Amino acid sequence: MPIIEINNLTKDYEVGFWRKRKVRALDGLSLTVEPHQIFGFLGANGAGKTTTLKLLMRLIFPTNGSARILDRDISDVSMHARIGYLPESPYFYDYLTAREFLNYCGELFGLNRNVRQARSEELLTRVNLDRKSWDRQLRKFSKGMLQRVGLAQALVNDPEIVFLDEPMSGLDPVGRREVRDLIAALRGEGKTVFMCSHILSDIEVLCDSVAILKGGSVARSGSLEELRAAETNAIEVIATCHAPALLKLWLKDLATVSTTPAGLRIEIGDEKDVDVILAQLRAVNGKLISVNPVKQSLEELFLG
Amino acid sequence: MTDSSASTTLSASTHKSSLRAGAGAIAAIARNAFREAVRDRVLYNLVLFVLLLIGSAIFLGELSAGQEVKITIDLGLSAMLLFGAFIAIFVGVGLVYKEIERRTLYAILSKPIGRGQFLLGKYLGLCLTLLINVAIMGIGVSVALIYLHRGWDPLVVKIWPAILLIYFELMILTGVALLFSSFSSPALSALLTFFVFIIGHFSDDLNALAKSSGSAAARALFRALYYLLPNLTHYSVITPTAHGIAPDAGAVGLAAAYALVYSAVLLAAATLIFGRRNFK
Ligand SMILES: Nc1ncnc2c1ncn2[C@@H]1O[C@H](COP(=O)(O)OP(=O)(O)O)[C@@H](O)[C@H]1O
Ligand SMILES: [Mg+2]
Repeated sequence: MPIIEINNLTKDYEVGFWRKRKVRALDGLSLTVEPHQIFGFLGANGAGKTTTLKLLMRLIFPTNGSARILDRDISDVSMHARIGYLPESPYFYDYLTAREFLNYCGELFGLNRNVRQARSEELLTRVNLDRKSWDRQLRKFSKGMLQRVGLAQALVNDPEIVFLDEPMSGLDPVGRREVRDLIAALRGEGKTVFMCSHILSDIEVLCDSVAILKGGSVARSGSLEELRAAETNAIEVIATCHAPALLKLWLKDLATVSTTPAGLRIEIGDEKDVDVILAQLRAVNGKLISVNPVKQSLEELFLG
Repeated sequence: MTDSSASTTLSASTHKSSLRAGAGAIAAIARNAFREAVRDRVLYNLVLFVLLLIGSAIFLGELSAGQEVKITIDLGLSAMLLFGAFIAIFVGVGLVYKEIERRTLYAILSKPIGRGQFLLGKYLGLCLTLLINVAIMGIGVSVALIYLHRGWDPLVVKIWPAILLIYFELMILTGVALLFSSFSSPALSALLTFFVFIIGHFSDDLNALAKSSGSAAARALFRALYYLLPNLTHYSVITPTAHGIAPDAGAVGLAAAYALVYSAVLLAAATLIFGRRNFK
């Protein structure tokens, strides 16, 4: 059974001070997320990722549609006891120290003092926040440090689902690596992770399944393999020969032939035609260089 | 890397019952609002207040023989009301606005906290700040009276009902500031709250105006304002107190009840508006 169900979610923002007009940020978004996996929510800037998360967290209200998390309607905020949320470019009370802030979050979940204190230290360790910074006010924190505190506060209640809005942003390469490992570890603990990103490589290395968001609704979705498999039937054959024009003519119904620095590139839609191509190639005394499946990268899916 | 001994599993037993957790969360929000006020140096106004008292004590000792006790009470309690109103208005209008503007609200509302609970916690936090502020000022005035009298002065007891009334008035004012800030900008909210503060003190005059007004429209307007805005006239007993006349327990009790009910209505209205807002 899906752990997150989004149904026809639509959100219009009102913009303009005097003359109000509506901007549609989400347009009939529907998707489901299965438990115990890392779900990647991929989309360019402005695609509506943050809007979706804010709707799910009840920070804004939908124009239309509905959503359920853990089999409860999102209007039921008591369900928040079982989820965690890292906002985009998070900002927290600058007059609190990291430790005080986590302790405060624990209080909001009704955790006992001892549990809160142990939990805060455990999480600050886990997100690799320098121990010297634990008792410094958050006003002195860099963006990357705030991002770590944000991850820690999203885990205070040991949630079943964690919603992360651009969890790697603001981090240096080492930090990105650490956060990536942390997210993978969360899956290992049986949690479900819903992460938004506009950076394909972050999603590619982590996620079990992906939805690509475009113009406020899902353009493609499925597991990474499914998304790629849909496009891998094509084959490219690279070869050289002395009579390219003749070969082109023979193959014109079967393949698209183009000239590249490596030689002739013959692309066919179906792998069973490979034998035919090779036979024709021998007939013109051509030389085979390589035969490869054409993988459409997620990037093309994302952009195209 | 993670110390296994510090590792904690959160079983159901570590969570308090939901009702107690709800009250606990409101208390946590209130404590945090208080901590913010302290760290933002809101209580520094006390230093100014004490300097004012000391300054006036020195000045008055040389000037007006016999009048200094009366003037000290008058000045001390008036300053208490003004400083308190200043805090209630300016901290009050920023209570929620700042959280929205800085987006600190996002992480908090993603916890199992209702928007009403959040507002109530913020409100109680500022009330706590004001309570401590008013109490310390009250002690300051009491000490000043003992100093002027060169010993125990029965007036030291008599000023406290007046101080309590000032506090109730500040509670109402905080609620008004919170309500306005739930739908308008801080600057406008502060201005509107200030108007309510001023008009509230002339509430009885509004009623008189309503009765004597010629035109029906004016009468309706004054009457509406009279019933809608808080009646603060019963909260300023500074002058009688300075003359040694304290309000009786019944009047204080009634004022307390009125403040509680009026604040509850303000908070309910603020929750209604705040609960429907989309946070940018
Ligand atoms: N508060 C807002 N008011 C008006 N328009 C908004 C607001 N927030 C987002 N938008 C618009 O909605 C669209 C989606 O934004 P967003 O959800 O932030 O995208 P993403 O997180 O995928 O970058 C964008 O066109 C953005 O300009
Ligand atoms: Mg975003």
